[in-house]
Amino acid sequence: MNSRRRILEVMRTVLAIAIALGLALVAVFFVSKNPGEALSYFLIGPVNSVRHVGNVIELMIPLVFTGLSVAVMFSAKQFNLGSEGGFFIGAITASAIAIKLGLPPIFHPIVAIGAGGLAGMIFCGIPGILKVKWGSSELVSSLMFNYIALFFGLWLINYFLRDVNAGAMVSYSFSKSALLPKLFAGTRVSVGFIAAVAFVVLSVLLMFRTRWGYQIRVTGVNGNFARYSGIGTGRVVIYSQLIGGLLAGIGGSIETLGMYTRFSWQSLPGYGMDGVIVAILARNNPLYVPVAAFFLAYLRIGADLMSRYSDVPNELVALIQGVMIILIAASSFLSKYRHRLVYEEATRLEAIPGGGLK
Amino acid sequence: MPAELLRMEGITKVYPNGIVANKNAGFSVIKGEIHGLVGENGAGKSTLMKILFGLIQPEEGRILLEDKEIRIPSPSAAIAHGIGMVHQHFMLVPSLTVAENLVMGIEPRKGILLDRAKANREADELSRKYNLVVDPKMVVRDLSVGMKQKIEILKALFRGARILILDEPTAVLTPQETEELFGELKLLRDQGNTIIFISHKLGEIKELCDRVTVMRNGCHQGTFAVADVTEQQISRLMVGRDVILEVQKGAPAPEGTVLDVRDLTILNRFGKRAINGISFSVRRGEILGVAGVEGNGQRELVEAITGLGTWLAGKIRIGGRDIQGQSIKEIRELGVCHIPEDRMTYGCASALSVEMNLLSCEHDSKAYNGAIFTRTRAIRANSARLVSEYGIKCSSPAQEVGMLSGGNIQKVVVAREFSSEPSLIVADQPTRGIDVGATEFIRKRLVELRDAGAAVLLVSADLNEVMELSDSLIVFYGGEIRAYIPDVHGITDEELGLYMLGLKRQGDEETRRACHE
Amino acid sequence: MNEFFKAVINAEFGYSVLRVTTPILFATLGALISDKAGVMNIALEGIMLVSALAGVVFSAWTGSAGMGLLAAIAAGALVGLALAYCALNLKTDIILSGVAINLMASGGTVFLLYLVAGDKGISSSLHSKILPKLDIPGLSAIPGLGTIFSGQNVLTYVAFLSVIAIAIFLYRTPMGLRIRAVGENPNAADSVGISVKRTRYLAIVLSGVLAGMGGAYMSMGYVSWFSKNMTAGRGFIALAAEAMGGATPLGSVLTSLLFGFFDALSNTLQLLKIPSEFVNMIPYAATVVGLVTYTIRKTSRERALLARGVSAEAAKGKGA
Repeated sequence: MNSRRRILEVMRTVLAIAIALGLALVAVFFVSKNPGEALSYFLIGPVNSVRHVGNVIELMIPLVFTGLSVAVMFSAKQFNLGSEGGFFIGAITASAIAIKLGLPPIFHPIVAIGAGGLAGMIFCGIPGILKVKWGSSELVSSLMFNYIALFFGLWLINYFLRDVNAGAMVSYSFSKSALLPKLFAGTRVSVGFIAAVAFVVLSVLLMFRTRWGYQIRVTGVNGNFARYSGIGTGRVVIYSQLIGGLLAGIGGSIETLGMYTRFSWQSLPGYGMDGVIVAILARNNPLYVPVAAFFLAYLRIGADLMSRYSDVPNELVALIQGVMIILIAASSFLSKYRHRLVYEEATRLEAIPGGGLK
Repeated sequence: MPAELLRMEGITKVYPNGIVANKNAGFSVIKGEIHGLVGENGAGKSTLMKILFGLIQPEEGRILLEDKEIRIPSPSAAIAHGIGMVHQHFMLVPSLTVAENLVMGIEPRKGILLDRAKANREADELSRKYNLVVDPKMVVRDLSVGMKQKIEILKALFRGARILILDEPTAVLTPQETEELFGELKLLRDQGNTIIFISHKLGEIKELCDRVTVMRNGCHQGTFAVADVTEQQISRLMVGRDVILEVQKGAPAPEGTVLDVRDLTILNRFGKRAINGISFSVRRGEILGVAGVEGNGQRELVEAITGLGTWLAGKIRIGGRDIQGQSIKEIRELGVCHIPEDRMTYGCASALSVEMNLLSCEHDSKAYNGAIFTRTRAIRANSARLVSEYGIKCSSPAQEVGMLSGGNIQKVVVAREFSSEPSLIVADQPTRGIDVGATEFIRKRLVELRDAGAAVLLVSADLNEVMELSDSLIVFYGGEIRAYIPDVHGITDEELGLYMLGLKRQGDEETRRACHE
Repeated sequence: MNEFFKAVINAEFGYSVLRVTTPILFATLGALISDKAGVMNIALEGIMLVSALAGVVFSAWTGSAGMGLLAAIAAGALVGLALAYCALNLKTDIILSGVAINLMASGGTVFLLYLVAGDKGISSSLHSKILPKLDIPGLSAIPGLGTIFSGQNVLTYVAFLSVIAIAIFLYRTPMGLRIRAVGENPNAADSVGISVKRTRYLAIVLSGVLAGMGGAYMSMGYVSWFSKNMTAGRGFIALAAEAMGGATPLGSVLTSLLFGFFDALSNTLQLLKIPSEFVNMIPYAATVVGLVTYTIRKTSRERALLARGVSAEAAKGKGA
């Protein structure tokens, strides 16, 4: 992409975020009795202590995984929203292995995470297969599969893994050997952070440095062209969804083993849907996913602190997210400037005598 | 001579991509006539009529209706002036009834409800008045193409059209339906309506029209009373060409068959025979041109050879291998490359970079891949080489293809396809809609590749291109090979025009020579 | 198994099928009307949620269930308008617009709930009203039928009457004609001067109104409170129901009833010794199975049609 247009794209994102935040600030002024205080928690809270910074990083880890998952699936132009279910089922599978299997440390979490990834993979792959074989809408089927994942997972927990001696509806404790060690003292940030970084690198390499990633991108951008070029687009759609599911499942596993000692979710945690936001902010580019995930995590922790210490509920974030998605995805948002740039560029190019490289 | 009803003067239209569709073109009709408008593809007749119907705006020129200058900024304005158009692609809603399609937008009402009885009655009356018999209660989806066309005509009349433009109406009709349509059109004329009839079927013009206007290269070539001219005279005016570019090429040295097509029959989407039992072959070191008016089966043939489409019967062999059931990738591995007719749909991914577009067909070859990762340096070197070799104007190979001009996009397509050392090149309209420089370049490359031993199948609706570039020719008409010309120097434009327009055909013996047995 | 049949084959079960079908039916009709205009409205889920809250809040505020219903309908129309603006003016992809609206609705309703009720889970602190149940004179006296059809919530009757109203609207009015024309062939509509954008706006807003009534039913009929994410995917189920119903009013009722049946089944089977998780899964699993069955049949029908055409051609070819 040309650098001026890249700048414009960045400007578009920044402006969309600014408008969304602006609306949120207005809302805070309406809602809060002490808006100044509420805002200072919201905007500065996440960096005012090591613990809070830790919270942001902790939250960023699952968002990176689901963001990567959605980015890969959307890159093939599939609106598969199964990351949510893939994440959940991955967490369940990893929990089962963490409870039931006795394995030496290091191996135990790796096996658990691998199995969780596999479970997520199967789970997100199904809507892809249904789409390719019969044209069933992957959007609707993946949403339904999310609910199926939820109830199936809860059944597994309640009938096989539930600790009846615990007061709440939770599983048995995970084996110590399965837990992910913490990375920084004073926070709950686990080695999952390193895994997240590693998977960002792997995803970038996959999408931009391998033929498989190339096939996914071409198929997503222009399916006819992909077919004409000899790419088996049905196969590409399926494996892109499998990879997306793998990433979601691994994310769920790492979240469980890194943050908890028992499985305790009673509903879908929502990280998969957050992944959609992250992927849209990152324009489906894995390289930008950590930035987007960090930003979203920062917003969330800020809103949590605000709701804990002031009178504004943290669901304010929902407003910000929605407005951001709409504006960033809006093709007519700032389109006038975009057209002007395109036009200028086109006329400038035609003026180069002889052609070739400048 | 009766007074002119409508006159278009000095019309010039330049499309944003720089193509000049009309150059100072003029046109006029008399009240109560059927006026034929003929010309090859790209002669500018459709553009002229789109201007008249307000779909596009000309850069220069004026339109006079009954000697008063009018402006036609939109189809609604055209309708208000009593100008109606029957498009080639029907503007009908399949699930609605005939009457509903007719009254759409100006529905009769009964309270808040649609007055169906009245709509049916009006439709019925209208269809009786003009003798265009249709059942108002039928659902359009279930009707034949001929019936749909009648509804389109009625739709225009229902909105008060006095001047009716029909854009190649017979292209989709059976001979019987065509006859019926002609009867109906003549009746309409006798009732005082004026009809503009676009076609390139000269027999139809002779049969139906009172006067005819011939266009070529965006210019008006003359208007004649049909009774005063022969089909041959019209054909000469239509098909005659002005040599713009001359391609230097030596005599061909063909040897050994590469593409062999036998008794091929292809159905189109509607189950009609687009290609009907054709046979021909292309040899190493020769360019075989496929001449013909568009829509005579060329597209289906190309799709079958390149693996994008299927066929009903017959055999296609490339380098001796039967390609029945082969994937596109397998066909490409036989050394086939393909310049598609529609470069934006099939030829490129406009949101990806020049480099990524240049890679697509070879993206999984050994040259650009290690065990896992792509060889970025090799890819980069290749794209830099192709960009300079083919003179692709771009700020860098990382630039999006969609940002380039049409000619440069086509160069990207051609560079990619030609760089795979093809043994068979299928070039479908390789220079359509691009500038002269790029056109010349691409034509030169095609000749070079022929000299290097490739077999070239060149499909083009541009007569200049086919005649300049081809060594031998087959002429398509109605899904059949109407003529095989072993040496293009041995045929005049005029004769070719007769074959292209279906006025003349060779015997089976002669066309069979295209197989080189 | 015996217990299963005892639970299902009785009039109370019939009553509860209609009861749980109501919100799905509203949403399915909403999906239908926007689909007819060529727009896939995946924001139905969010619209229902917003309307459910609006109904509770306004009925508590005004002390009138009727005002609550009006507010719910207005909220549905407004969210529909917002969706239409995003998709048609800002030109955001319709699916992403829907995703964004659903996200905003799911968080935004909790946000507002907390502001007005001081709780993030449930609206029980609000004294919201519920819409009345109607006893149909005469009908209620008939055993069996009376139990099933009488004494339903007023919106249940409205839902089933809406089917007829929508059918008339779509197939018997000029506007319905235009909506269908715009959905099927926008170019054709455009060529006779029908504004595609205006027509789509109207369809999306109407879709919002219908989903709004579904939302009102959820919080002021089905139960008497608002709770977080209470629509539980019904808006998405409606999309599948509409597709399976062949995009017709009658088909939409039948598929809604089918999904309502499975929903009621899951409520009834809670009482039996089947793991509740599986029971809860039934409506969603049924939706996937339904959707896939529908698409398999559709593709095989298309393939059969094509094969028939080709073989007919081949036979003709041989004869010639």
